[in-house]
Amino acid sequence: MNLASALATITPLTALLFLVASWLSIGALGLVQPNRIGWVARTLFPLGALVALAVAAMGAMSLLPGFAVQRAVLALGLPNMPFHVRLDALSGFFLLLLGSAGAGISIFAAGYFRQGEGTAPGLLCLQYHVFLASMAMVVLADDAYLFMVAWETMALSSYFLVVTQHRIPEIRRAGFLYLLMAHVGALGILLSFGVLQGGSWQMTFDAMRAAQLTPAWASAAFALALFGFGAKAGLVPLHVWLPEAHPAAPSPVSAMMSALMLKIGVYGLLRVSWDLLHAGPWWWGLLTLGLGLGTALYGAIFAAVQTDMKRLLAYSSIENIGLIFAGMGLALLCRSFDMRLLAALALAATLIHAFNHAFFKSLLFLVTGSVMHATGERSLGKLGGLIRYMPWVAALALIGSLAIAGLPPLNGFVSEWLLLQAFLQTPRIPHAFLNMIVPLGAALVALTAALAGYVMVKFYGVVFLGQPRERALEHAHDAGWLERLGLAWLALGCILIGMFPQAALDVVGRITLQLVGTAVRRGPSPWWMTPVTSSQTSYSGLWLWVGLLLAIGATFALVRRIYHGRVRRTPPWDCGYPWQTPRMQDSSEGFGQPVRHLFGPVFRMQRELPAPSDSKPHYHVQVQEHLWHRLYLPLARLVQRTAERVTILQGGRLSTYLLYSFMTLILLLVWVL
Amino acid sequence: MTAYVWQVSECLLAIALAPLFAGWVGQCRAWLQNRSAPPLWQPYLVLRKLFHKDAALATDASWLFRLAPYVVFSTMVVAAAIIPSVTTDLPLARVADAIALVGLFATARVFISLAAMDVGTAFGSMGARREMMIGFLAEPALLMVLFSAFMTHGSTALPEMVEGVLDQPHIVLHPSLFFAGVAFVMVLLAENARLPVDNPSTHLELTMIHEAMILEYSARHLALLEWASWLKLFNYACIGFALFLPWGIALHGAGVGLLALAIAAVLAKLAVAGAALALFETLSAKLRLFRAPEFLTMAFLLAVLGLLVYLLLGA
Repeated sequence: MNLASALATITPLTALLFLVASWLSIGALGLVQPNRIGWVARTLFPLGALVALAVAAMGAMSLLPGFAVQRAVLALGLPNMPFHVRLDALSGFFLLLLGSAGAGISIFAAGYFRQGEGTAPGLLCLQYHVFLASMAMVVLADDAYLFMVAWETMALSSYFLVVTQHRIPEIRRAGFLYLLMAHVGALGILLSFGVLQGGSWQMTFDAMRAAQLTPAWASAAFALALFGFGAKAGLVPLHVWLPEAHPAAPSPVSAMMSALMLKIGVYGLLRVSWDLLHAGPWWWGLLTLGLGLGTALYGAIFAAVQTDMKRLLAYSSIENIGLIFAGMGLALLCRSFDMRLLAALALAATLIHAFNHAFFKSLLFLVTGSVMHATGERSLGKLGGLIRYMPWVAALALIGSLAIAGLPPLNGFVSEWLLLQAFLQTPRIPHAFLNMIVPLGAALVALTAALAGYVMVKFYGVVFLGQPRERALEHAHDAGWLERLGLAWLALGCILIGMFPQAALDVVGRITLQLVGTAVRRGPSPWWMTPVTSSQTSYSGLWLWVGLLLAIGATFALVRRIYHGRVRRTPPWDCGYPWQTPRMQDSSEGFGQPVRHLFGPVFRMQRELPAPSDSKPHYHVQVQEHLWHRLYLPLARLVQRTAERVTILQGGRLSTYLLYSFMTLILLLVWVL
Repeated sequence: MTAYVWQVSECLLAIALAPLFAGWVGQCRAWLQNRSAPPLWQPYLVLRKLFHKDAALATDASWLFRLAPYVVFSTMVVAAAIIPSVTTDLPLARVADAIALVGLFATARVFISLAAMDVGTAFGSMGARREMMIGFLAEPALLMVLFSAFMTHGSTALPEMVEGVLDQPHIVLHPSLFFAGVAFVMVLLAENARLPVDNPSTHLELTMIHEAMILEYSARHLALLEWASWLKLFNYACIGFALFLPWGIALHGAGVGLLALAIAAVLAKLAVAGAALALFETLSAKLRLFRAPEFLTMAFLLAVLGLLVYLLLGA
């Protein structure tokens, strides 16, 4: 067989399996010289980025028109339970997301990881690439067995990545919480698959698709899946691990978890609810929608009062996941009334938002990494003014911040716009109660989006603008070229999707075709997005870019040409007050104060106010979640108490244990007879 | 082709008329408050003066600070190009529908807030914080107003809404649009730094919002920001006309005569609206800052109520 014909037999699926294997081997190569940074970071991570790009390309191929679903059975797994893999439009889309955002993160990581930060770089490289490979395998899996194996590998490898700096007790605690929530969620998923096989005891997804479940069992499977995947994605009230684990992990890892792993949770729910369960009754949609909207608002409110930049971004992830779930719920709702076009629109908004979030959130998490390397600070109260010392990072972070705030003409606005358009069509739902309550969801989406703008002004303003709040910040340096390249790649993604939203809509159209049976309506021109009808609504990212750039250029030229560009540098004016210090700017607490004031009852606040007589006045405020104290701690105490009761059975005396065995035997005998 | 000519001229008209509108409101306010009024063209004189001066930049001001006035001004210009103030025959109006328009305003708000935080003065960041607070409360209310209009007309494109009202004039008397109209006026006041939320003529340090943000700006940058804020008021007024009082706006294929009539109609409507704004501002007192959220929550609830009324009554 010559080379050409050998190459011709390679399908995207086999190529993907090969790429996953190469990720694993890149990871293993990290162990060869685990402490040589030139080898691990400068060689292996860029290689991993190349593989990621190839994964993205293969994922994109499966989204081309005319692509037929590919499947394969691997020679791995248990003797009579081999691994099944399958590549369709849905998994292809998430591979595209994983590969394209992952490539940027890997390039950044190549410049980011250095020695002496907890785990040895080589070991980190192994965990990192196993994490990437396991996420790809989750998406490719076509039976519950491989799915769970890959899912658990993903959870464990990310756990080890979170506790990279395992010498710090808080980080170990955060890691434990993450591991706990990951396993509680995995239990839900496992049980859901148990219900889904419907008595056939076949673990392949094909059998599950064909299984005829009664409505009650289908609902049980959906509820378990919502719980399990919701815990992974960070749905309130299962989100508690996110604000702990994201700050604990190194920034590229936070970026991967937030941008990629949360999306794998979204993928899981999409796969189970749309593909395996073929959607369901309307209350599934309403439940998902309600949880999603609640999560979005909750995340946005809490993000506004955070004082740690990575915690702020973690809450912002919760908010975005909420929007994604809201879109998914809306799609399920519309599907249950057989409004397929509308379901396709909502689903398209969901998928594009997932993709967008992968780009801007990883961009911002990586930015926090650069800031931490340059300054050693994570607390917003000790940063400020970095735009002067880190111009590149600041400029790229600005793109990310504007995008995540959902501002036109960037990508965040595109998905938000689509989601709002979908909500606006909901009064046509033929259900008297729903067609009144659901359009009001648009109000919550609008409030969340506006709050996201507030949060991002706070994030960007406190970190990059103003005066440096600490002396040491003046020695901050810009990121290296590899880091900049990674950031620029992600920023470019934000700009391009903002410019060509119709292209993104065309891409996700393949998935809505697969899951809903129809694609979103397409206008005659590729530059315009007209998802409903062209007279009803239209948006053109490209023309908005052109218009804005033209206007800015013309204004600049006219002002500078007709008048002059003379500039004089003076001390700041500030109403004539000459003794400005950096401490007089808004701190992060100060900037969050209006939100703390307006949404007071939502927070659990502990405040120490200075007394008038204090010689050294000190103000301290700590904002926590009620949920932690009202739900999780009581739950933990309950578990603890139950466990203590159960220990009574374990007296430690052999005779008692023998008695137990004897009793069980008798009981079984009675039962059998 | 003529459509493009009108597109550009409508945009230029907005840029040129916006200071005049601001001057008119100022003049009415002065009359109502028994002061001797500045001339109608005072804003143009202010612009001329500012453009001629040397810009005094704070030592630490970054590129973002210098870029922001251009961005803010340009977003307002693009918004003016999209809003059907004179004619609905606008090729660019389809670039961004009403939701995108709200997004454009948000972009301008975020940029000016970021620029306010750039120099790192106490007033700058205070103004930014307050502006963003007003913004995140006003933006959903504005979207709800537009959604009510969408429900009535079945379109988020402003030209379609204008044509919808012109086709069936009784629509504006629908209770849902009535609620929306009241909410819209409240949002207009808050978003344009007018009383009772912010006082455009204040320099009383602790109460200012908009002024606090542009405190560090001077000369051409200040001129652009002032112009942008006048354009914003003009744009909001024109959105209001398009939604609730579209009579006079020329439709597709109107001749030059009708277009001239449309310009006259806009001028007349602006004159009335400006006088009403001045009257309202004279009669109302500024709210304490933490009463402003109540004001805006009220606007939001009214708009939501309008939406609910529509869904209940279908009108």
